[in-house]
Amino acid sequence: MTYPKRFDGRKINETREIEAKAGVIKRADGSAMFRIGKTLAYAAVYGPRNLHPRFLQNPREGILRVNYTMMPFSSKGERVRPGPSRRSKEISLVTANALLPVLNLEEFPNSVVDVFIELPQTDAGTRCAGICAASMALADAGIPMKDLVAAISVGRVDEQVLVDLNYDEEAFDGKVADVPMAVVQRSGGISLLQADGEIDKDQLIKGLKLGQETLKKIFDIQKKALKEKYHMENGDEE
Amino acid sequence: MNQLKSQVINALSQDIRFDGRKPMDWRKIEIEYGISKNAEGSARVKFGDTEVFAGVKLSIGTPYPDTPDEGALMVDVELSPMSSPEFETGPPDVKAIELARVVDRGIREAKTIDMKKLCMEKGEKVWMVSIDVVTINDAGNLLDASALAALAALKDARMPKLEDGVVQYGNLTKEALPLNKEPIAVTILKLGKYFVVDPIVEEEQTFDAKLTVTTMDQTICALQKAGKETLSINEIEKMVEIGIEKAKEIRKSLAKPKGAK
Repeated sequence: MTYPKRFDGRKINETREIEAKAGVIKRADGSAMFRIGKTLAYAAVYGPRNLHPRFLQNPREGILRVNYTMMPFSSKGERVRPGPSRRSKEISLVTANALLPVLNLEEFPNSVVDVFIELPQTDAGTRCAGICAASMALADAGIPMKDLVAAISVGRVDEQVLVDLNYDEEAFDGKVADVPMAVVQRSGGISLLQADGEIDKDQLIKGLKLGQETLKKIFDIQKKALKEKYHMENGDEE
Repeated sequence: MNQLKSQVINALSQDIRFDGRKPMDWRKIEIEYGISKNAEGSARVKFGDTEVFAGVKLSIGTPYPDTPDEGALMVDVELSPMSSPEFETGPPDVKAIELARVVDRGIREAKTIDMKKLCMEKGEKVWMVSIDVVTINDAGNLLDASALAALAALKDARMPKLEDGVVQYGNLTKEALPLNKEPIAVTILKLGKYFVVDPIVEEEQTFDAKLTVTTMDQTICALQKAGKETLSINEIEKMVEIGIEKAKEIRKSLAKPKGAK
């Protein structure tokens, strides 16, 4: 089976439709929603706040704690069993690693910044959508940040190198590799990189370059959403 | 920069490491097959002083609903508290989970096992392959050693006899598991501007970024980045090249004749 054209007609470097909004959860210190196609992620930030149990505290700097969760009804297939799984724990870890390079937590020794990511609906690319939302939520919470982080999956389906694989593409009956990547805006440095499936070196490098280009658009969407929120808040005060 | 890190990097600037190796050298790699007679397949892998055991147990079960005509694979790695003062008893922490999942993905995504051949009755009965790796001594690079041990145990495995559809444990046939591929994990650490493979503990305590590259010949089947620093595309390209090259040396040690079983 070959894959000459994408199932949903997109170009190889075209993402699904993206929607982003900051400040969607009022109780949280910072929050954001990020939707790409049918994958929908919410992120909320609490903190810096006291860290318990105490033995987890770091006297040199604050720590970042990420909790990634797919809602039980969010998957295309069977119900996702609630509670942490090996998968969700690993994704929480790599998400924290993706965000850490831009955070300045030296000012908050012994404290924690908690990031909660919840996905009500998923169609592949969940960790990337979660990272995009979390980066905005951290900015919205006013956590000292050097830059924004955004993420997208790239990969190969058959012989095509593509961005933003959806579920149908990941499930393509043939050679498929899914390569989630996160990038720090200004340096272009890659802070998350994983790969599942067969891909050769040249395809990988081509995919990473496509991803870096694509993420420029996502950074613009994130910034626009953050500005919109603060514009509205200022508007209220006038 | 802390003192240990500056010492590690200072040594690397002179093209040498604490244990006398060059940056791209493996330690001595040893593979011993059949270390547990009760497992359907087993192996012990040593990278210098780092040592892990792996075993395969086979059982009959029902397939997953989304793959009714395929066997099932489970891979787990236990960081035994015997192997390092850093490891504790109790449920696996997130580091152990990540390690296990990277080993699992390498084997799964390479399609190492021909899962369709493990189907006995579509939707009803399939072989379940459980690979468990237990660490014995952590002198660095448990991930690459665990991935290799898992693969070696698969190569060592023999199907047990069946009697009236019941597995006769301890009574193995000569039939091996249907294996297609040999995925090899190579973890490359970036320390300052230097790259090293097969890290020792001191390097694991001080690295800036790392990338585990799992390949079968020239093809990548899994990647996992870790560490606080970002990587550029050029660095990733270089690390993938190192991963492909260094895996060749491991494949040679795998190809050695296997122990009696």
